[in-house]
Amino acid sequence: MKKTTNLAFYVPYILWILLFVIAPMLLIVYQSFFNIEGQFTFSNYATYFHSSTYIMMTINSVWYAFLITALTLVISYPAAYLLHYAKHKELWLLLIILPTWINLLLKAYAFIGIFSQDGGINTFLQMMGLGTHQFLFTDFSFIFVASYIEIPFMILPIFNGIEELNEGLVNASRDLGAKWWQTFTRVILPLTMSGVKSGVQAVFIPSLSLFMLTRLIGGNRVITLGTAIEEHFLTTMNWGMGSTIGVILIIAMVVIMFLTGERKKKGGRRA
Amino acid sequence: MKRLISMAAIILAAVLGLAFWSHSLAKAQGATGDNTLNLANWGDYIDPALIKKFEKQTGYHVNLETFDSNEAMYTKIQQGGTSYDLTVPSEYMVEKMRNAKMLVPLDKSKLKDLSNFGALYMNRSFDPGNKYSLPYFWGTLGIIYNDKFVKPGEIQHWNDLWKSKYRDNIMLIDSARDIMGFSLRSMGKSMNTTDPNTLALAKAKLDQMSPNVKAVVADEIKMYMAADESALAVDWSGEAADMMANNSHLHYVVPSEGSNLWFDNLVIPKTAKHFKAIYAFLNFLTNAKNAAQNADYVGYSTPNVAALKLLPKAVRNDKQFYPDEDVIKKSEVYSDLAPKTVGLYNDLYLEFKMYRK
Repeated sequence: MKKTTNLAFYVPYILWILLFVIAPMLLIVYQSFFNIEGQFTFSNYATYFHSSTYIMMTINSVWYAFLITALTLVISYPAAYLLHYAKHKELWLLLIILPTWINLLLKAYAFIGIFSQDGGINTFLQMMGLGTHQFLFTDFSFIFVASYIEIPFMILPIFNGIEELNEGLVNASRDLGAKWWQTFTRVILPLTMSGVKSGVQAVFIPSLSLFMLTRLIGGNRVITLGTAIEEHFLTTMNWGMGSTIGVILIIAMVVIMFLTGERKKKGGRRA
Repeated sequence: MKRLISMAAIILAAVLGLAFWSHSLAKAQGATGDNTLNLANWGDYIDPALIKKFEKQTGYHVNLETFDSNEAMYTKIQQGGTSYDLTVPSEYMVEKMRNAKMLVPLDKSKLKDLSNFGALYMNRSFDPGNKYSLPYFWGTLGIIYNDKFVKPGEIQHWNDLWKSKYRDNIMLIDSARDIMGFSLRSMGKSMNTTDPNTLALAKAKLDQMSPNVKAVVADEIKMYMAADESALAVDWSGEAADMMANNSHLHYVVPSEGSNLWFDNLVIPKTAKHFKAIYAFLNFLTNAKNAAQNADYVGYSTPNVAALKLLPKAVRNDKQFYPDEDVIKKSEVYSDLAPKTVGLYNDLYLEFKMYRK
């Protein structure tokens, strides 16, 4: 009797996963095997791997996602660390989370206003006698805005990691004569690594397929796989190719999860 | 245990319920009563005062539903669940719907003011003899310039866009067909080219323009141009009219070698039921006075010549939106290309967007 109850606990969960996770993924995989004329084919995959356009696009996407992740990490780790020791940290944390309550599009449009020719930054630069500069549609603005949007998702897991850190261990390493830097690299960083990893996952994976920002802020001068998917579904109506890119993104994400995921014990010693 | 089973049941019931609800919702919309007319139109593409006037005059009730892309409208009608009586596809979509047997032929005997339409706008390639469609509004693809940065008259031809002095100063509308199209046109080729080699050449020519391209954007282009963000833009005449309403420094040019000519057309999809209301509405809209009022509200070019005569002289003689007959004759209407060719256009266009010098 007890065993069946336990199993029954899983039923709603399994149903949910089947309907809203597994089924859509299967549909994408299924779609990816059809060409634009609706015939079964593997040619979408062949096209993907033989076309320099898609390969370049993939490299672009990974590169931009990497830059965005690196930038957010560099900003978020010290921020989370300081947050941990700050007074009123709940308030600070709330302030960091607050922007995520605002719609992404609104934030993008706000940045258009800030970066445009007669926007805030250029007005300021002109007042300082530095003239106006082109900010919109540059790599800089794209990475800046994407990082701004992703930062809360990086800070939160790192902050949680630091919160869980046993203060006693830090004190112990200091007592035993470790320098500040040694304490950080030998004790704090390894113990908060899981937070960093989940932060990286939470930022890198969505960054791979950003598409609204590439158009609004990047002016389509930055092309990622997300742009290609959008175009295949909405304008070409080539769902097969769009799904193929989708499948490849899913595989890329699994690889990243695997690389940044917790591996059982093995590496534990190195710390 | 019982609760868990019921939870599972609730999830399933919710899914089925949603499916049923959306189905019945789609059916219920407008399917009520014979006094209605279900009109599917682009957003803000008809003067609401006209709808009120029509309802008052005839007693029919108009259900207006809007869509924002031809493809979305097509999919909706194709999959069923809608009951549109009239819809407004662009020319290539008329051809596509006609080929897919999704249109009901017009009964010309019930249309009173057919002679109001100009000969230039009738009997076009997408619907020979206007068997299925009446033109609603038309326009062109062209170049918008800001007279703060570009002298009037400096831009006359598509090839002017390649001049190095416009470096990083052109915005393009994010549309494969139009961007590839003007490159083809600048080479003296047809905008409906299907030959892969010619298309590759057109793409190579676009690559040469890449340093001049500041951004490839969609609807935002209107906002950017109105804010003096760029000196030049390539966009449709209707969008240009919107921009110019917000910034008096903007002007619109249709290159003299010709461009794309687009038409939005009234058609009766096969889902139509209220034929009396449909013809009442078509006659109402074709009426010169009403068409003039609508053109005044929407701001696009009207194919209704009788209505055009009622519009102010400044509008009638505006070469930006009513270009010379000669330019119109040189311009082409897009034909519905085979999916493979559409794919080719898009792939090349994507490569152009990725090209960086």
